[in-house]
Amino acid sequence: MTKRKSFLKSLKNEKYLWLMILPAIIFVFVWNYLPMVGITLAFKRFNYVKGIFSDWVGFDNFKFFFTSGQAWLLIKNTVIYNLLFIFIGHGMEIIIALVISEISGKYFKKICQSFIILPYFISWVTAAAFMYNMFNYDTGALNSILAQLNIEKVNIYSTPWLWYIIMPVMYVWKGIGYGSVLYLSSIMGLDQECFEAAQIDGANRFQRIWHITIPGIMPTVVIMFLMSLGKILRGNFDMFYQLVGANSLLYEVTDIIDVYVYRSLVENPDIGINSAVTLFQSVICLVMILIANKLVKSYERDYSLF
Amino acid sequence: MENIVKIKKKSASNKIKRSSDDIAVDLIGGILLFLCGFVAILPFIMIAAGSVSNEKEIIATGYSVLPKGFTLDAYKYLFSNADQVINGYKVTVFVSFFGTFLSLNIITMASFVLYRKDFKARNVISFFFYFTTLFNGGMVATYIFAVRYLGIKDNLIALFLPHMFNVFYTIVMRSFMTTTVPTSIIESAKIDGANDLKIYFRIVLPLLKPALASVGMFIFLSYWNDWSNSMLYINSSEKVSIQYLLYKTLGAAANYERVAAAGDVALSVELPTETFKLAMTVVTILPIVFVYPFVQKYFVRGITVGAVKG
Repeated sequence: MTKRKSFLKSLKNEKYLWLMILPAIIFVFVWNYLPMVGITLAFKRFNYVKGIFSDWVGFDNFKFFFTSGQAWLLIKNTVIYNLLFIFIGHGMEIIIALVISEISGKYFKKICQSFIILPYFISWVTAAAFMYNMFNYDTGALNSILAQLNIEKVNIYSTPWLWYIIMPVMYVWKGIGYGSVLYLSSIMGLDQECFEAAQIDGANRFQRIWHITIPGIMPTVVIMFLMSLGKILRGNFDMFYQLVGANSLLYEVTDIIDVYVYRSLVENPDIGINSAVTLFQSVICLVMILIANKLVKSYERDYSLF
Repeated sequence: MENIVKIKKKSASNKIKRSSDDIAVDLIGGILLFLCGFVAILPFIMIAAGSVSNEKEIIATGYSVLPKGFTLDAYKYLFSNADQVINGYKVTVFVSFFGTFLSLNIITMASFVLYRKDFKARNVISFFFYFTTLFNGGMVATYIFAVRYLGIKDNLIALFLPHMFNVFYTIVMRSFMTTTVPTSIIESAKIDGANDLKIYFRIVLPLLKPALASVGMFIFLSYWNDWSNSMLYINSSEKVSIQYLLYKTLGAAANYERVAAAGDVALSVELPTETFKLAMTVVTILPIVFVYPFVQKYFVRGITVGAVKG
């Protein structure tokens, strides 16, 4: 009773604030919360006439997905690529941030940093155009160089293992600008007096980096790692769909959950199984993020998400 | 004599400022940074070079870093059939500008309310928003809901909605407010009798100009670079964005041959099919590359503030 009263009172006293946040609330409710009802489709046999009110079938959709043999492949690929992205990506970002903060040459640094950030601004479609320009079998730059050197041409679309190199390279190429700025801001936030004191005590540059800078940014590093690990089962749909495309030769090594979901939505829509896969992914993600957040909280209370 | 003195002076001053490990750091770091910067822009150079290359030579020997032969055939062809490109740009420009305007307003107002510590429902609503980043219905459920129950298939609204609200940018915007707008200003305005709307429009918004530029830029980018929503929701070719058009061009070589067959360009004329794809790419990224030097600082500021808590 008192709760309701205080809510009405808040509506009256803070009516303009409520008015301002109302568009966001309505939007999130309609666009994010209402579709969650669709999760129930994971336990139903989807019928186009009945739509969301189709018949219940229990866990059949999950059973089908996990016994189809596809499940483990998709999970494996999604996790492997995300692990590669996390370790190589964060590693490179930290190195670039360290280099930018350490070396002299103001304009050289500025120009290089501008170049490194630029790919963040373009779409994955454009990145796919780069891939085509670089790697296509007949006219790609790589193959024309190989041909000039009298080395056999490489067809990346029939050489699955190459994708374990190509994907991380493309990921780093596009994402390193963003990540390095983030780490750089963390380095810039360190106490300059520490560095001066260390210099007076005779520590050289490498010692200062190793004993001051790296321990200093460690909280940021750990948190970024944990947060990325929380999203380990979420694939980058834009990236994989654009760079790999629908190429059944490569499904073995490049098929990830998100692309599979999209493909089965457009190719042979089995909405029930589709929803089951999505629900499985969402639940695992939620659990992982909660664990990650717990770990962050125990590590550095201020940085936890909630 | 004078020269020698000068050189000596120079090396002496260098010695004081720079020890050997400083030089080592500069050298290793400089080379590494240069390599990264070079690799980052190499594809841009190669695309530009490829787009002005001679089609026949490309088919014979393939692309390279430098253009092979110089011809503007691909661009000539592109601009002689520019209807689709112009249409794609119209859609993208309209959706990007109008979408960013709407989205920025919704996000800024919401973050102003969440920034107000005296707002009672602050925590509840924060969680209401935040939960959507932890758990969502997924692509399929959203698609079915949007098409069947909102009826936005083949409607431009489908290009607006997916980027309309973003929890992360709301958090960034709120961080901007906590760092630039002291709560005492709001308290004193309240005592002077200003209501919340007045406080927001007269006091907070003018202080937030840099933040609006930063967050606005990120929102704009997500609209500008969007292709998947065109693919999912749009059927008619005059409503697709420029990015999706590029995707189509890259994927289907037959696509524009069909257009040419329907139009007045005879198919017997050799079409620049390979270089055309790259010319199309150049036309798509050119606006971004031109604007980039002016907006880069907003990008850096946005990340720096977002990193405070995000």
